[in-house]
Amino acid sequence: MKFLRENWIALLLLLVAVVFLAVGICRGEAEAVWQKAVRICMECIGLG
Amino acid sequence: MQLAFTALSNGFVQGFSTGRIYQGDTKRLCLPGLNCYSCPGALGACPIGSLQNALADGRFRFPFYVVGFLLFFGAVLGRFVCGFLCPFGLVQELLHKIPFPKKIRVLPGERIFRKLKYVILALFVILLPLLVLDITGRGQPWFCKYICPSGTLFGGLPLVATNPPLRAVLGFLFRWKVAILLAVVLLSLLVYRPFCRYLCPLGAIYGLFNKKALLRYELDQDKCISCGKCEKACPMAIKVTANVNSMECIRCGACRAACPRGCIHLKGTSKCKGEERRVETERCDS
Repeated sequence: MKFLRENWIALLLLLVAVVFLAVGICRGEAEAVWQKAVRICMECIGLG
Repeated sequence: MQLAFTALSNGFVQGFSTGRIYQGDTKRLCLPGLNCYSCPGALGACPIGSLQNALADGRFRFPFYVVGFLLFFGAVLGRFVCGFLCPFGLVQELLHKIPFPKKIRVLPGERIFRKLKYVILALFVILLPLLVLDITGRGQPWFCKYICPSGTLFGGLPLVATNPPLRAVLGFLFRWKVAILLAVVLLSLLVYRPFCRYLCPLGAIYGLFNKKALLRYELDQDKCISCGKCEKACPMAIKVTANVNSMECIRCGACRAACPRGCIHLKGTSKCKGEERRVETERCDS
């Protein structure tokens, strides 16, 4: 109980994080991240 | 720990010899630190690169997925990520260990420089990728393109060294990014983690969580004798006793180790260690 009282903001943020991750996955955002991450990013390496 | 995590998150060893990047499923996941996804060894995605791309993409009004990762890491760890889980933080830390005639603890204009990372976050990571669009309606990852020295070090240099076709297209932008990298490298010899302190937008985000993250410090005011040893020991030059959970704190633990009375501890952990140390100190004093 003390743990919950002292950390309720962090726990609430964690809950929001999990919801956001789930929403993002459902909207196909994980796929978009993967598509960008598996190709050499020309901007990142200073060529784009 | 820093070395182990960097090796673990950049474990695609053959990428460094072949000049190719990892293309497996784990690249759907964002890593906690500033870890360029174009590093040949990277097994995950860079959260700042992914955030800019999600904003620049235009398909998603709000990047729930990447923000979810940032919230998750921030709520649990805060800037502990900077101290222990960031490859570029490790590089700066190692550089700072190189002996140099005069190390600088605080730069002139330190307070203003420290605010730069928030400007970079707002401008280069959020606003410019979101608002400056090309004719196809897509933005650019401005921070990755014009600033990020981590991308140059872990992505650009290894790929250019091992991938001949890439060498043929080097131009002004590459030279600009190498110049930024060199400046950070040289400054790291003098100042502790200058990129983390002044420029890193990911550190700026995690810093916002420091006060409320599950992993945070607590200062026992009753036991503190204001000896100032924690502040002298802090490599980030934070006023520890005034704000033990400062947005600049990377949780390196130097203040905890320096405190003779064990006044600083992780929230929710036992105070026994501090008590033992206090008894030892009093024994020494007497």
